[in-house]
Amino acid sequence: MTGFSRILAMIGKEFIQMLRDRLTFGMMVGIPVMQLLLFGYAINTDPRHLPTLVEMGDSGPASRAILQAMETSNYFDLAGITTSRAQTEAAMQQGDILFVVTIPPDFERDLLRGARPQILLDTDASDPVAAGAGTGAFPTLVQRALEPMLGEMTPPVETVIQRRYNPAGRTALNIVPGLLGVILTMTMAMMTSMALTREAERGTLETLLATPTRPYEVMIGKITPYILVGFIQVVIMLAGARYLFGVPFLGSPLAFLVSVSLFILVNLSLGFLFSTIARTQMQAMQMTFFVFLPSILLSGFMFPFAGMPAWAQMLGQALPTTHFIHAVRAIMLKGARLGDVAPDIWPLAAIFAAIATVAMLRYRRTLD
Amino acid sequence: MSGELAIDVTGLTKRFGEKTVVDDFAMQVPKGAIYGFLGPNGSGKTTTIRMMCGLLKPDGGGGTALGYDIVRESRTIKSRVGYMTQKFSLYGDLTVRENLTFMARLHALDNPGQHVAAALEEYELAPRANQLADTLSGGWKQRLALAAASMHSPGLLLLDEPTAGVDPKARRDFWDRIRGLARKGVTVLVSTHYMDEAVQCDFIAFIAYGRKLIDAPSGEIPERVGLITWRIEGRNLQPVYDALYHAPGVDQIARFGSALHVSGRDADALERAIAPYREREGLTVEPAKTGLEEAFIWLMTGSEDNFQ
Repeated sequence: MTGFSRILAMIGKEFIQMLRDRLTFGMMVGIPVMQLLLFGYAINTDPRHLPTLVEMGDSGPASRAILQAMETSNYFDLAGITTSRAQTEAAMQQGDILFVVTIPPDFERDLLRGARPQILLDTDASDPVAAGAGTGAFPTLVQRALEPMLGEMTPPVETVIQRRYNPAGRTALNIVPGLLGVILTMTMAMMTSMALTREAERGTLETLLATPTRPYEVMIGKITPYILVGFIQVVIMLAGARYLFGVPFLGSPLAFLVSVSLFILVNLSLGFLFSTIARTQMQAMQMTFFVFLPSILLSGFMFPFAGMPAWAQMLGQALPTTHFIHAVRAIMLKGARLGDVAPDIWPLAAIFAAIATVAMLRYRRTLD
Repeated sequence: MSGELAIDVTGLTKRFGEKTVVDDFAMQVPKGAIYGFLGPNGSGKTTTIRMMCGLLKPDGGGGTALGYDIVRESRTIKSRVGYMTQKFSLYGDLTVRENLTFMARLHALDNPGQHVAAALEEYELAPRANQLADTLSGGWKQRLALAAASMHSPGLLLLDEPTAGVDPKARRDFWDRIRGLARKGVTVLVSTHYMDEAVQCDFIAFIAYGRKLIDAPSGEIPERVGLITWRIEGRNLQPVYDALYHAPGVDQIARFGSALHVSGRDADALERAIAPYREREGLTVEPAKTGLEEAFIWLMTGSEDNFQ
């Protein structure tokens, strides 16, 4: 029985250590709670209420019946009705809307004549999962909407579906640019926070500070190599995207460079911030996970952003990864230029400024 | 400011939260001296040393190191002072040469390669130049740390328990080097727990609970403490030890091989305590010199009463 009492001693000791390390304990409790809430409430693999624009060439009873049916289906949320082609193009380019329904002029007349008029559904297929369900439901939905008016005629209309940006509906096209954001978040924030914490943990920081080296020199010297590492990762991922998965790069390289640089800076400053809080490398890594997890789940990387409830979208907007992924998808798949991604660049810059400020303030404090 | 003093501080005070770690500390270290810094663990030695080399800002008091203000001119001090931390704090995953080169470049030395070569030579590290620092033994690590701390030819070396956990031979070698540096005019402030090291110092300051209790040339310390010591030699000393341990007049009792050292500050009271043993068969009682160790243990015992 002495073996058993030794095991009990080990168990007791392990629990004491577990409870003493508050961050690890917080992680053991926090991660499952976070996962539970995010997967349970925020994530929706069958997204509904997706923003839709309608280009109304005809506003007869048949058109109105179709709109009515779309709304009641829950798949589509009418964001507006327009007659301007340019406006719909811009809205889709920026990712504000996922669907454009075009009802041609004389739709009603052609329909009643039995001329099988076309009704056009443009979908933003850069995220095939998000658009998938609505796209699939659309033809039947139109059919049903017109049944009361026309009876069960053989298809009275021809639904034409255009999968924009990703005609083949390949998920790789959506995942690969998103992966860029996730990998940079993971490695940049974690590597910097661990590299900086390592100096404090091993006592080498004291050696550094006992020389005339200034704190900011330590800082810049430590972070610069990781900027380079970040760009190497980007090059590897871009090459892989292009040559392995045939992901196009349609947009402006400048817009890409600005987004990537800013995003790398955000993550480095995040790692820097963690390093001012964590005392050990282990803690630094755990802190990274608390950001990494929502960055995967709420950024639109894995699950459609538009499908999440409003509160989760707001939370997602606070994550740099969300803006980066959004911008990079637009640049690579939709040919966006710098001006098009500005709505994502500003939040990234603001997040960077906020994190860097807090980190600098904390860094000064930890010296004394 | 005196040109004769390498360290001249007064009133140094440092608080961490509620706790006063260093309290109104003053010290004058003459240039070229080896100054021993003693005190129990947690007495504030490391904090004091960190304030002297500009790593920590004192909450009160101040002074100079090598003539530079420890608060306002801390960067100048850092380029002229060598500091060796208590724990080995160079890069274990860099080689000996890489560590030294890194330090030389942090100090912005001209021609770092030459300095590194000179240090490798002087500290006999050349055969181990390409070995990772982590794979060195304790003694060699200390030697590398000393080489790194004196890379930039500092006028003042602050060594925080440099020989803790190092074998006796390596310790002796280390002290030979410290004395060699002192002969070249380098001032050395070294904290230690070893008495054989303390006796090698020119001066000794003793600190406990953040306050300096004594500061004198090392030869004068036992006298300053004012202990009178008798040496009792003989067989079967354990009953004597037990009897005298709590006897009035005996402030301290310690075993030295086959002898007991019995010390007290009140000569008459001490005499009354040991008188019964003077006549006892098989025991010899004779006066002894109070050693440094006895003096310090006495100081530590007393300081606990005073400050805890």
